[in-house]
Amino acid sequence: MPDSHLSHAAHGLSLLPPPFTRWFADRGWQPRAHQMELLARANTGESLLLIAPTGAGKTLAGFLPALTDLTHRGKIPPGSAFTGVHTLYISPLKALAVDIERNLMKPVSEMGLPITVETRTGDTPQSKRQRQRLNPPDILLTTPEQVALLIANGEAPRFFKDLKYVIFDELHSLVTSKRGHLLSLGLARLRQLAPGLKTIGLSATVAEPIDLRRWLVAQTPEAEHHAGLVTAPGGAKPVITILRSEARVPWSGHQAKYAMPEVYEAIKAHKTALLFVNTRSQAEILFQELWNINEDTLPIALHHGSLDVGQRRKVEQAMAENRLRAVVATSTLDLGIDWGDVDLVIHVGAPKGASRLAQRIGRANHRMDEPSRAILVPANRFEVMECQAALDANYLGAQDTPPVGDGALDVLAQHVLGMACAAPFDEDALFAEIISASPYAGLPREKFARIVQFVATGGYALKTYERYARIRKTADGLWRVSNPGVAQQYRLNLGTIVEMPMLNVRMVKRGAKGAVGRGGASLGKVEEYFLEMLAPGDTFLFSGKVLRFEGIRENECLVSQAFSLDPKVPAYAGGKFPLSTYLADQVRAMLDDPERWSALPDQVRDWLALQRDVSALPKRDELLIETFPRGSRHYMVAYPFEGRLAHQTLGMLLTRRLERAGRRPLGFVATDYSLAIWALDDLGYSFAIERPSLSNLFDEDMLGDDLEAWLDESFMLKRTFRNCAVIAGLIEQRHPGKEKTGRQVTVSADLIYDVLRSHEPDHILLEATRNDAAAGLLDIQRLGDMLMRIKGHITHRRLDRISPLAVPIMLEIGKETVAGEAQDSLLAEAAEDLIAEAMGDTNI
Amino acid sequence: MQRLALASMDIQDFGAVSARTVVAGVEAVCDPLGALYLPETRLLVVSDLHLEKGAAFARRGMLLPPYDTLATLKVLEAVIVRHDPAIVVSLGDNFHDRVGSAHLPEIFRAKIAELARGREWIWINGNHDPDGTVDLPGQSADELHYAGLAFRHEPSLLSPAGEIAGHLHPAATVIRREKAVRRPCFATDGKRLLMPAFGLMTGGLDLRHKAMAGLFDRPNLIAHMLGRDRIYSVRFSNLRG
Repeated sequence: MPDSHLSHAAHGLSLLPPPFTRWFADRGWQPRAHQMELLARANTGESLLLIAPTGAGKTLAGFLPALTDLTHRGKIPPGSAFTGVHTLYISPLKALAVDIERNLMKPVSEMGLPITVETRTGDTPQSKRQRQRLNPPDILLTTPEQVALLIANGEAPRFFKDLKYVIFDELHSLVTSKRGHLLSLGLARLRQLAPGLKTIGLSATVAEPIDLRRWLVAQTPEAEHHAGLVTAPGGAKPVITILRSEARVPWSGHQAKYAMPEVYEAIKAHKTALLFVNTRSQAEILFQELWNINEDTLPIALHHGSLDVGQRRKVEQAMAENRLRAVVATSTLDLGIDWGDVDLVIHVGAPKGASRLAQRIGRANHRMDEPSRAILVPANRFEVMECQAALDANYLGAQDTPPVGDGALDVLAQHVLGMACAAPFDEDALFAEIISASPYAGLPREKFARIVQFVATGGYALKTYERYARIRKTADGLWRVSNPGVAQQYRLNLGTIVEMPMLNVRMVKRGAKGAVGRGGASLGKVEEYFLEMLAPGDTFLFSGKVLRFEGIRENECLVSQAFSLDPKVPAYAGGKFPLSTYLADQVRAMLDDPERWSALPDQVRDWLALQRDVSALPKRDELLIETFPRGSRHYMVAYPFEGRLAHQTLGMLLTRRLERAGRRPLGFVATDYSLAIWALDDLGYSFAIERPSLSNLFDEDMLGDDLEAWLDESFMLKRTFRNCAVIAGLIEQRHPGKEKTGRQVTVSADLIYDVLRSHEPDHILLEATRNDAAAGLLDIQRLGDMLMRIKGHITHRRLDRISPLAVPIMLEIGKETVAGEAQDSLLAEAAEDLIAEAMGDTNI
Repeated sequence: MQRLALASMDIQDFGAVSARTVVAGVEAVCDPLGALYLPETRLLVVSDLHLEKGAAFARRGMLLPPYDTLATLKVLEAVIVRHDPAIVVSLGDNFHDRVGSAHLPEIFRAKIAELARGREWIWINGNHDPDGTVDLPGQSADELHYAGLAFRHEPSLLSPAGEIAGHLHPAATVIRREKAVRRPCFATDGKRLLMPAFGLMTGGLDLRHKAMAGLFDRPNLIAHMLGRDRIYSVRFSNLRG
């Protein structure tokens, strides 16, 4: 511990009751400075945010104020009046809550503290939950969903009346999602129930601690309020290298197959390696590639969100017991569960964000004093630059976590119904409570009124559902639920994590269908929409195996072992992260500054130099556009470096404009770095004679009408709508065993979306959907910033052939379906087929 | 979707390409709006209107948009104007639940009366609305035998010949290059014909679903899929390219 912290710590020691000082002393430990600072400041009544790296004793620090307070209080004598829960600990993961219980019970029992600690998650049996309501533990470890359930209960005031502390673990990952929005509303209610409560947020390093500090305390219309900040010193700097391979770095692609021998050697040279990738399909492919060369049959496992829970638990167990040499994983392993002795993190593909990289590297080595080791494996040449930028950023301590964002309206609707279930509410009082939650601080009163109407009757202009209202305003001016069934429905649909319709994947004998043998192993779950495009006999990669699709029976997707190593349908994409704004800027800066190229491998340097000679390299704040003919088509490639989502949106909008200008665009493809559009007309010539001019083509007004028009017909919006509709309680989450049967008794979200769009385009739920899409899927904010930045800074190079920088994206053409309007373009294409067939078959 | 868009516009004369088909020797026209017209007898068939579906869900606490009845009736009006039939047969599941027709708002009741004026109207009972209709023009029946055809809600397993049925909401999926488009369709093998669901807030069931098994002579099965303004006719064996 650095000397400067000693005095602080020594002062803090007097705050610790004797059992604590003895416990520390017996182990030859000393409380860390940030632990004591947090305790001292919490004791003065401050709410606090603790920012600390992994391994810094964050959890103990978070619990110290509660543990010492409870120790002072002592055991509650039997026969005393009802005592409510003292401390809530809220974690994003069930597993984490269970993990913490183990870690917390150890010191509590070793010190002999008179404190009861229990968990409450979705897995907690009903009888135990009942008992907890009657006789709450001092410390309750739980999840955001359970908090929502507890506060929607009529007994909430009694249960929470003695609440002193609410501890939020992994706060940085909680707050940026709808889950965080719901939790912020829950916290606002807890503050009503226990006005003196203090919050303690635990977080990894983030870009904007101020957002988290606001989140932790009540806001008022007059001013912003912040929790105090405690920062723990960072540990040893991680040692990060970029993998240098003998092999040629590919121009495009995401698999990094070229580097497999080196990756395998690295695994062999370490005790346990974690291999991170960005998508599930990448995880599947990497896993397969490693086993192809696994001559020593090292125990290498696979872990991603679609795999069967049982299988995942087995991997986790083996990992905890140090029986594995490597695990290939996606973001499911990002959060802070302890994972045995990982001594190396290998990141395959670019990390896409400096903060994500820092998080993942933190998985290796939980001891503060030793550096974590990590190897970055870029999959293509642009990724080499991106990895270099991320590496620089990690040393610089740069952070690029996403912003907290405005509170979602669908979440608000869910919460309003929950509050009606708890007790009749006064609309103005509830509004005041809601705007004390920082994500909703800017919510207009009028919008809140529309949400209340939505909860009551669906909020339609056509008032035909008054008699079916779920909540009603009664003579006393309070809103209350119409019948007990409403509360039951609310509890069933609570939460903000909407599952895509998924089918279980089950292994059967080849050719098995119908009544033939069921008994095979369950491999996990796959999204229904993916299966819709498979025909029996098609092969695809899942769970580390090439599988043959046999068919769908009831709620199961039947597959058999395929005898090929080459799946026919490659894409089973899980989550994809776009390149962060920060890294994008760093990559642009690197391109613009040949001095920095010295860090790059020779082949990448040569590539950039060649590009500079035959075309140009984009300056940091300009947009480079190249046009060239190839085959019978004319191409335009733009290099905005704004991430795939923003580029897809841009591609969609640009093709619409080119279409209108009569330039006959045929398609486009987007990567994280660039965008290519191809057309029948000579685009270079068109831009040269300004039909249209590039400045008009890239004018910001495309984000107005064009965007609206496209959004409305985009299938992405439908998917977003489905989530909003489920969260807002318009349609029910599908529960196992209640799936669609042959008789159509359910109603699809797509249909509801179409009905609403054509009959009530201003409906509040469509507004919620557009907000979501603009923020997440489409990256419109980012696109808007980019269009503004490049105004008057567009450089056009008319080339007679493809440039070196354009090669990567040109290789993507044909590999990727045209995203965004895939559905629509497909319709057109299938229609052509259909017409041809209809014409050819005249006797129908 | 395209029918929904129509429903939100003013009713006009839509140009449309229908497909001719023959069921048990009777000539019929598949209209892209989802209705079947028999020119010889001037009989128009629609199936599975599922009127008041939104209200039926609202009664159970799910407040779906209340616009489905209005939209479905608008499209029904368009198809009636186009063919000016003497007889309209609504092939069951006319309402989404038993109480649907009794609770039907007055404006919709008036609209149906207007559409039925000067024509015969037959409501075939379906599984959603087995008790017939309340206070609406026309008559209710479990089945209709007319002009050599049998009209019933659920297809019977025994007698395919000349049967026009609904109930299953057939839809077909065309797949080309790993991509799929699904549309409601008329499905016929020349003996029996299954009607697409006409209601605008209804889902579809793929022709490959096991509920369809045994209903058709598959080598002769053709899906007449509903396009924006035309029918696309595809042999069952050609659905997957």
